[in-house]
Amino acid sequence: MRQRTGTDEFMDITAKERVEQAPREAAPGVDRLDVTAVNAPETRPLYAAREKVYAKRAFGTFRTVKWAVMAVTLGIYYLLPWMRWDRGPSLSDQAVLIDFPNRRFFFFFLEIWPQEFYFITGLLILAALALFLVTALAGRVWCGYTCPQTVWTDLMIAVERLWQGDRNARMRLDKAPWTFSKIWRKAGTHASWLAISITTGGAFVFYFRDAPTLMAEFIAFDAPSIAYIFVGIFAATTYLLGGIAREQVCIYMCPWPRIQGAMFDQYSLLVSYREWRGEQRGPHKKGESWEGRGDCIDCRQCVAVCPTGIDIRDGAQLECIQCALCIDACNSIMDKIDRPRGLIAYDTIDNLEAESKGKATSLHLLRPRLLLYAALIALVSLIMLVALWNRSVLEVNVLRDRNPLFVELSDGGIRNGYTIKILNKRHESREFRVGTEGLLGATLRIVGFENDTDPTISVPVDELRALRVFVTLPKQNLPSLKGGVADFEIVITDLGDGSTVRNDTTFRSPAK
Amino acid sequence: MARPEIDSVTGVETTGHEWDGIKELNKPLPKWWLWVFYACIIWSIGYWIAMPTWPLVSDFTKGMLGYSQRTVVANSLANARAAQSGFLDKIAASDLAGIKADPALLQFSLAGGAAAFGDNCAPCHGRGAQGAVGYPNLNDDNWLWGGTLDDIHKTLQVGIRSGHEDARDNAMPAFGRDQILEPGQISDVTDFVLSLSGGDANAEAAARGKVIFAEQCAACHGEDGKGSIELGAPNLTDRIWLYGGTRDAITDVIRNSRAGVMPAWKERLPPETIKQLAVFVHSLGGGQ
Repeated sequence: MRQRTGTDEFMDITAKERVEQAPREAAPGVDRLDVTAVNAPETRPLYAAREKVYAKRAFGTFRTVKWAVMAVTLGIYYLLPWMRWDRGPSLSDQAVLIDFPNRRFFFFFLEIWPQEFYFITGLLILAALALFLVTALAGRVWCGYTCPQTVWTDLMIAVERLWQGDRNARMRLDKAPWTFSKIWRKAGTHASWLAISITTGGAFVFYFRDAPTLMAEFIAFDAPSIAYIFVGIFAATTYLLGGIAREQVCIYMCPWPRIQGAMFDQYSLLVSYREWRGEQRGPHKKGESWEGRGDCIDCRQCVAVCPTGIDIRDGAQLECIQCALCIDACNSIMDKIDRPRGLIAYDTIDNLEAESKGKATSLHLLRPRLLLYAALIALVSLIMLVALWNRSVLEVNVLRDRNPLFVELSDGGIRNGYTIKILNKRHESREFRVGTEGLLGATLRIVGFENDTDPTISVPVDELRALRVFVTLPKQNLPSLKGGVADFEIVITDLGDGSTVRNDTTFRSPAK
Repeated sequence: MARPEIDSVTGVETTGHEWDGIKELNKPLPKWWLWVFYACIIWSIGYWIAMPTWPLVSDFTKGMLGYSQRTVVANSLANARAAQSGFLDKIAASDLAGIKADPALLQFSLAGGAAAFGDNCAPCHGRGAQGAVGYPNLNDDNWLWGGTLDDIHKTLQVGIRSGHEDARDNAMPAFGRDQILEPGQISDVTDFVLSLSGGDANAEAAARGKVIFAEQCAACHGEDGKGSIELGAPNLTDRIWLYGGTRDAITDVIRNSRAGVMPAWKERLPPETIKQLAVFVHSLGGGQ
């Protein structure tokens, strides 16, 4: 129990009581107002200055994994637009290209038309489910290893270290007066950050326009202004978020940490401090026994390497992006003091409790949640694969005229109108013949080909051609329609390889 | 001096604010957040100066950049017109057959014609050009004044009984109202007309009617009743009836006559639009 002091007592009095107890008059005839200064010292500021985090360099397994992930993800991001993929003479040879002017998305062997955007939707659903699965399994793996914010921040810190040295050197430099050495080290850091940022923004726009062409335009300063705008936006955000704001993004801007609570449970592998092993913490003298005390020597290496500047020993917390660098830091210390590794490790809340009681631990990999996520991923992948497999490179849409439904001709025959859209998704021009099947006595006429009895319709590479088609049934064939309606097929034959696409539609006449 | 209260559960200071016994922990916002807020305020002041912002009694502040969404719309309309002008120039220079032969021009004319049709023609002829009683169906293969591109184009330009000096015009006598024929004779002619298209007609009456028809009607409709495009006289032998093909409807037309009207579009629409309309109507299925 704390000793109650006079001030504490005063603090415990509520505002209401204080007003009642305070004398109404400061002096005879002088009112005492119930008012205090807005900036009174007891009012703590509502806004806190950011405490700069000087992340120390870590060495170990997870740091190596993170370097590898950084190399792979940044490598893909920066280099992918330069990859070529042959699609014939009339189409772009860029492997991955989001072609807005022509409304196409090229992805290696795939070419997605706007109406096939569901492939992208499916991909996003898969990504979301994978995120759920990984988070339920091992916490914020995405945050800690692959999130662009983490990767670029890591890169910016690495560059900063090159110019200014590791944690202690950086802290000294920040306190030091502005000498020439400090100026060029700081300037060099920011110049490098800006260079990285501009490269990042540049790489982004290459996904939207042929990369070599755009590069040449950039060099000649005649690229479209929108390209410069987007390079500017992405350069600015990379510099600001990766270089300057860093952990502030994760803590204050990103919604993902807030969603975490629903994502992992007591069986998820989280970066955890094994309190049962570490406490009582405290400095350890050479030769001193480890009996009766914890393995944690309170060296605070785990805090020093943390990119968000927190103490993992305080337990799971919102600020922790689970990058596992504290595991690396702690393990290297455990090696030095000859204690077993894993004082900080990936562990589950359930196991931490079991370990502290000396019970057996288990991983619970067959949890319903994991199985459900895995099953959903398998299902969505299967649907996507089937859709991809059945994706035709020739698409035909037949739109029946609804106004008028049918037209009665002067000889008593009935004519129906259709709009046929042929999408040639192949990378070569194709020729087609249009016919009907299943409607006895029907004649077919294509607008624009009136003089041609058996017209050949050519559709250029990667284009859509719309045809107006009239199907006429003479008067004597009308009684064969049941209820005035008949189903039939419009058949599109590819003259190149003889393949056909059949489209079911109906023929209508006045019901009699 | 009072020190901040410490929340006993979390060990965190409270702000001293209290609502029904619930106290707020002092988790200070980062300062940069506040700076972003100030930056937004400064931005908004700049926005007030640069952009139209404040409503006034009968007007609003225009802003220094002079931005207006009306101007933006006007500009994009002008751009669209400029983009179309290449096509429109070609249409103006080309004859109708030439438009039909050029796939790009045909596509452009069909789209433009469909839009102009919806704006100008659909009120009478219907959105699908299917017509109605008294308003011809433009999809079928039956044309009062001709179904070639040039015929359609001319009809569009001058109209029918429109008052235009070159308008397509004719008049059928009102045989009943003007007492040219007796009611019995009208009935006989009706039977004959019905028989022309294989309708349900009394053979004797039709035979009597045939004589009257030859005297009174054949001048325009022809001996065989097949009509005349030059005169705008309908073909009576087909299945298509502008005012209905029932006995009553036919009797009514013979008795009282009919004279449908279509406006002349020459003075109302630009010549390119009329050409587009002609190509569009011709493509509906009945064009000859």
